[in-house]
Formats: sequence, C-alpha cells, structure tokens
Amino acid sequence: MRLTDKVNEAARVLTICNACRYCEGHCAVFQAMELRLEFNADNLDYMANLCHNCGACYHNCQYAPPHEFNLNVPAALAELRQENYGVFAWPGFMGKLFTNNGLWVTLLSVLIITAFIVGTSLTVGEDFFQTHDNAFYGIIPHNNLVAIFGSVGAFVAIALLASITKFWQTMRLPNPFSLDWGRVMQGVKDALTLKYLDGGNGQGCSYPDETPSMSRRWFHQFTFWGFMLCFAATSAGTIMHYAFALPAPYDFISLPKVLGVLGGIGLIVGPLGLLHIKAKATPDVKGKTNKGMDVSFLVLLLLTSITGLILMAVRDTALVGIMLSLHLGVVLTLFLSMPYGKFIHGFYRLIALIVFAIEKEKHEAIVGVDIPEKE
Amino acid sequence: MQNDQKNFDVLVAGGGQAGIIAAICAAEKGAKVCLLEGAPRTHRGGNTRHTRNLRPMHIGPLSVLSGTYDEDEYWDDLMRVTKGKTNEELARMTLRRSTECVEWLEKRGVQFQPPLGGTLHLGRTNAFFMGGGKQLLNALYRHGEKLGIEIHYDAMVSDIEFEDDAFKNVTVNDQKIYAKSFVAAAGGFEANIDWLKEAWGDVAENFIIRGTPYNTGGLLKLLLKNGAEQIGEPDQCHAVAIDGRAPKFDGGICTRVDCVSLGVVVNKNAERFYDEGEDFWPKRYAIWGRLVAAQPDQVAHVIIDQKAKGSFMPPVFPAETANTIPELANKIGLNAETLEKTISEYNAAVQPGDFDHTELDGVHTEGLDVNKTNWARPIDTPPYSAYCLRPGITFTYLGVAVTDKAQMKMANGALCKNVFAAGEIMAGNVLGQGYLAGIGMTIGNVFGRIAGNEAANHALNR
Repeated sequence: MRLTDKVNEAARVLTICNACRYCEGHCAVFQAMELRLEFNADNLDYMANLCHNCGACYHNCQYAPPHEFNLNVPAALAELRQENYGVFAWPGFMGKLFTNNGLWVTLLSVLIITAFIVGTSLTVGEDFFQTHDNAFYGIIPHNNLVAIFGSVGAFVAIALLASITKFWQTMRLPNPFSLDWGRVMQGVKDALTLKYLDGGNGQGCSYPDETPSMSRRWFHQFTFWGFMLCFAATSAGTIMHYAFALPAPYDFISLPKVLGVLGGIGLIVGPLGLLHIKAKATPDVKGKTNKGMDVSFLVLLLLTSITGLILMAVRDTALVGIMLSLHLGVVLTLFLSMPYGKFIHGFYRLIALIVFAIEKEKHEAIVGVDIPEKE
Repeated sequence: MQNDQKNFDVLVAGGGQAGIIAAICAAEKGAKVCLLEGAPRTHRGGNTRHTRNLRPMHIGPLSVLSGTYDEDEYWDDLMRVTKGKTNEELARMTLRRSTECVEWLEKRGVQFQPPLGGTLHLGRTNAFFMGGGKQLLNALYRHGEKLGIEIHYDAMVSDIEFEDDAFKNVTVNDQKIYAKSFVAAAGGFEANIDWLKEAWGDVAENFIIRGTPYNTGGLLKLLLKNGAEQIGEPDQCHAVAIDGRAPKFDGGICTRVDCVSLGVVVNKNAERFYDEGEDFWPKRYAIWGRLVAAQPDQVAHVIIDQKAKGSFMPPVFPAETANTIPELANKIGLNAETLEKTISEYNAAVQPGDFDHTELDGVHTEGLDVNKTNWARPIDTPPYSAYCLRPGITFTYLGVAVTDKAQMKMANGALCKNVFAAGEIMAGNVLGQGYLAGIGMTIGNVFGRIAGNEAANHALNR
C-alpha cells in the first residue's frame, strides 16, 4: 500500500482524532474511524471519500492550529481525495491529470472549444454566421454529432467503469449479485439526501464559515438535480429521435425542453452558489492542492448550462452557429473530464457511503483490514 | 482598547462557559457588557474548549438524555465523590437548576449529540456537546456578539481595584476598565507552575497541564489579596495519569492512557507500587495522577502484552514495543533485570480465574507486596508494549467562597456587593474534592447564569 505524504498526514491526524472522538456525532468519517485502531492507505482512502468537507470538525476542534497537534481533518482528507482520485484513474497514467487538475481542464476546454468553432466554421463555411432553418443539424449533421459524442461517450463510460471497479474492489465490496441491497439503499439515501452535510443534528454544516448553514446542501442539490435533469433531457431527446422518429428541434413544451430548461436553471443556481460560498469559505478547511479541480468542474457545469440556455434563445438568429459550437465544445470537455476531474467524486462517495452502511450494521471494519494469507 | 476610560454595567473576566454565559445573561437583561478573555481568539474559552459534556438533573427524558436522573441519585453521586466535602445548600441548588442547562444552551444555538447506536454509555446522566466544548463556545460567542457584548481577546486582568469592599475597576493591558458589577470567571491556577510548586514543591515541575495554558490564576490571586474568602487548599487538584509524552499544556482528552487495569504499572525503579485492578478504570483514573506524582521523578510505565491490545481506547502516541521484557526495559530506560524480576514474580503470583474486563472478575494475584485484585493476567504474550505515565493536572479546587446568588464572600464575613463568581474559580464551593463527569461544566453553567443575572440586577438597580 502506498505511503505518500498525504497518506501519512491523514494517518497522523486520524490517530489523534481516534484518541479524542469528540466529533463522532458530526459524520460517518468518525464513526468509521472508531471501528479501527490503525490506518493505512485503503481505509484512509475510504474515510477520505466519506468526508464531505463540511468543516464542522475543523471549527469545533480543540486541536486545530495554532495548537501544536495542528489538526485539520477536512483539509487532510480533501488533499488525500485528490491524490486517490489519481490512484484509481484508468488508464493509470491519466491519474497524473489530477495534479494541477484545474490547469489541465482549462487547457482541454480551450482546445476543444476552439476545435469545435474552427472545425464547424470550416465545414459550414460562409453560412456559419447565418440563421439556419434546420438548427442544429443544419450546422453539424446529426450523424457527425453521434459519431463524436458516441465515441467520446463510449471511452468515458469505459474509463469510469474501470476506475469505479478498482475503487469498488479496494473498498472490499462483493460482486453486485451478493450485495446487501438494504444497505445499498441506505447508502444511496445518504448520498442523495447529502445527509452528511447536515452537521450531525440537522443544523447544517460549518460552511462557508463556522456558523452552521444549509447553503452548501441546497446549492449541491441544485447542482446535482440540475445535472440529472439535463441528462434526462438528452436521454429523452435520444429516445424520441430513435424510438419515435421525432428528431430535434423540439417545441418549447416538450419533454427534452422542459427537462433541459429546469436542469439548466439548476445548473446555474447550484454551481454559482457553490462557487460563491467556496470563495468565502475559510481557506484552512479547503485543502491546498485540490482547489483547481473543484473550481474547474463547477465552472464547466456553469458554462454548460449558460451556453445551453443562450443557444436555445438564439436558435433562430445568426449567432446559432457560434453558440452551438461553443456549447458542444463545453459539453464535450465536460464529458472528457468526467473520469479525470471532480465529477468522479460522486461515484466514490456513493460507494464509500454504501460500505459505511454495511460496516455500521456489522459494527466491524471491512476496508483496509488485513486478509489472512491462504496457506 | 482605544478609549482612555471604559465604563460598563457588567464586566466579565474569563471567557470560558461560565464567563460567556454570565455575559449573555447580563446582556439579555439589557446591561452594557464587556467580556475580557485572557487568551487569543484561537484559544478562547479556557478549559471549556477541552470539555465534552455536562450533567443535568432530569425527571424523564430531556433532549438527548434518556430516562430519569433525579436529585436523590445525583446527590448520592456527588456525596460519593466529594465524601461530603460540599456546601449542601449550594450543591442542591446547583443540581436543581441544572435541569435548565440543556434547554438554555439549545436556545442559544448550542448543539447536543443525539445518542449513536450505543457507543456512548452515559446517555442518561451526561449530555454531550456535538463536536465538543469548542462547538458550545463558538455558538455562545456568536450569540454574544449578536447581543452586542464587547469582547476583548488577549485581555488578561493584571490588577483590580476595590473601594469600601466593592469592585471599582480592573487593569488590562495598562488600561483601566470600570463597571458597576464584576463577574469573576477566570478559572483556576493549574497552568501556574510556580503556584503549584508553592504547594507541591519541585515535583510540580514534572506535572503536565492538560488544559489551557491561560489558567494562571492571576485574577484568583488578586481577589484573595483584596480580602475574598478562600475555599479549598492550593495542593488540591484533579490529577490523572496521562501519557508522559503529552505536550506540557493543552493536550486535552487524547493524552489519556486507558490500559492500566489491563497490565501492570512500574516506577522508574521497575517496581510495582499500587493495585492496578482495584476498580473500573473510570472510577480509578483520577487517583493515578497522585500515585504517579508520589513516585521518584514523577514517572511510571504501564506494561501490557499482546492479549490486551485492542481492548482499550487507542492512545495518541504509539507504545514502545519489544519481544522480550529486558528489551522493553532497555527501550524505556529501566533496569532490565529488575523489570524481568518484577514481571516474573507478578506472573507467578497470578491465580487462575476467568478473565472478564466488563466486570470486577476477581482474577487476582497472591503473595505479592502489592497485589492486583482484578483482571490479573500474566504478562507473557509478546510483543510487549509500554506507555510512559506522568501526572496530568486537569483543574484546581482552590477558589473564592460564594453565596447562592454567586455573590463573593469576604474573609471578614461581609459580602462583596458587586462581585460575582462563576466556574472553576468557585467550583470548590460545590465540589470540594473528587470528580464526577460533567459536574464542572454543570457548576459553570448554573453559576454563570446566576452571576450574569445578579450582576445585571445590581448594575441596573433592579
């Protein structure tokens, strides 16, 4: 198992926490910690992914800096998360993208958006800045779109699946057929309700400052459900296209439009709110090496919804060509960065919460426990 | 503090639970209040920062508390630990008024921890603060700021002036602050090694202070010098055995070592000196500070074997470990032959029995100068582990005498009309000796409220 600085720091911090335990009421991290006497990369990766970075344990810590124990659980675990996202990435060498993630994602967006605009304007030629009767397939043919997004989507799906499988195995989950589905549902519920952003008592988390607040939980829900609605809009469009031979464009009162507009609003309110409270938050709790990763993901989500809504508004104007290229460029960047950016946190968080539900019921540590070697 | 002269209705010295509560109560009554905290903001709150719970009396379930904890049972518990060294009138009033603690705090934003699937054994008698005492402080300071209390950090009182047995002003950072009423809530003197040495001699140099380094007893000394009636003796302190590698100050809860009853304890001469299995550890840990303090160089070592591992709270510092007793002795600087002799004599004296750490199992040794009366298992399964122990001082009992209105009594029998005391500085009135989990915070809470209200009443002529 790896013994990096970040693993060592998380182990140092949680060893002190485990002798104190005052924070056990705040969240799952501390309850998982109490099932253990020793820490290693596996169980620390598990606890790091249980941590929602709410900050309560930092603000309430009797050993927080300037105390010589210098405890900062949320920062130690945030930095460890960023490291272990890289460890579980597929293919392995792509894990390097998690260091300086913000820079990579920014470069990728610039590259892809430029490519889309240049590529589209070259193909469309003089009509690029014209209105189009058949927006959008008149600008980029449907089959080209399917080819680009289909192949990227397939790669992304494989990369996500491979990373998730690796994490799943490290978390010692059995094959999906032997899962305890009651505990799985508990984990899903804790993930969907963002239970561990409630501070432990429903008072809310200590974010952006020491005062308990529900703002993080709400903005995250806007972001998550906004994303899911946009995803549902695209799926609805795909089904209508292929199953019912109803190709785009769609009326304003249609399933893809309604879902897309609602999702788009969620994906503006949510990321804006999260970026705002992130900027205000006490710098100490955020971790130092992972800032770019969080911010670049939120900005991509925000750009996706903003360009999407503008595109809808300018569909019948001369700006449709440039807006479509811009929007598709942003969406493609978002797609490509999914396995190599903050997006991946949702899967790992969900898996960690399912493992926690199992460990809690058994009252026994599962992740990171030595397996006796077979004779 | 910019102005040359400051005037307040109520001035509170000390920003732990008792002090901030007194300030809040006074401000809620409409008084103009100033709170002086000796520590910087990051270390505000005295020993409250290291606390975890308080102990409210309750008939029927109350907030996070289950069952009933009535006055009779509470009183019996208090009598058991203090052995009668209490002021019954003040003590009974404290118990009765402790019923209001939880609701009072919850109304001002303090969060309590709901019971977690049975991991806490004290769900009936003790209400735990979510995240610990610092969460309570953060909530109360936020509330206090909203009420407009003027709060100063790094504001240690260096002098106090009385006129005709009444408070006039204090000096803080070379500036005088005047007020109509004064609340003394600045804690004990356990962080003042020189003062401890006056009572204990040079051995106090080897004491570790578990709590805040800012409880240096300056205000307590000033009050006594100005004629306050003293309660308790300077050599009285709550002393437990903690890890010898703990920081000199502020190590808090996590420096405790919980495996004494599972092993044997030897001094620097590698000899045992007290029955490690006399009673359950929670009932005995508070005598081990004094026991270790009485040993040469105020140091001891607890030695366990592999059988004990995992059956006690994990300590914060790793144990010294070795595969043989002599090797372990060398690692911790003890005489290898003596330690081997001590352990083998102990092992030979162990009588057969069924070990059970959850009850007084009576598994004991026979024929030793110092026998172990429970949980005596041979130390024979390597690897062996050792933890160094030193006396860790939690708090002191010496304080000023008060009335049931938290009003400070003078040594000449008079009452000081405008000085009120709350918290550790007067806890000795109720807790003359011993300790009961959460009682310190309960006294601080009850007397903080009384002192704040009375101080405001006096200042506002009500």
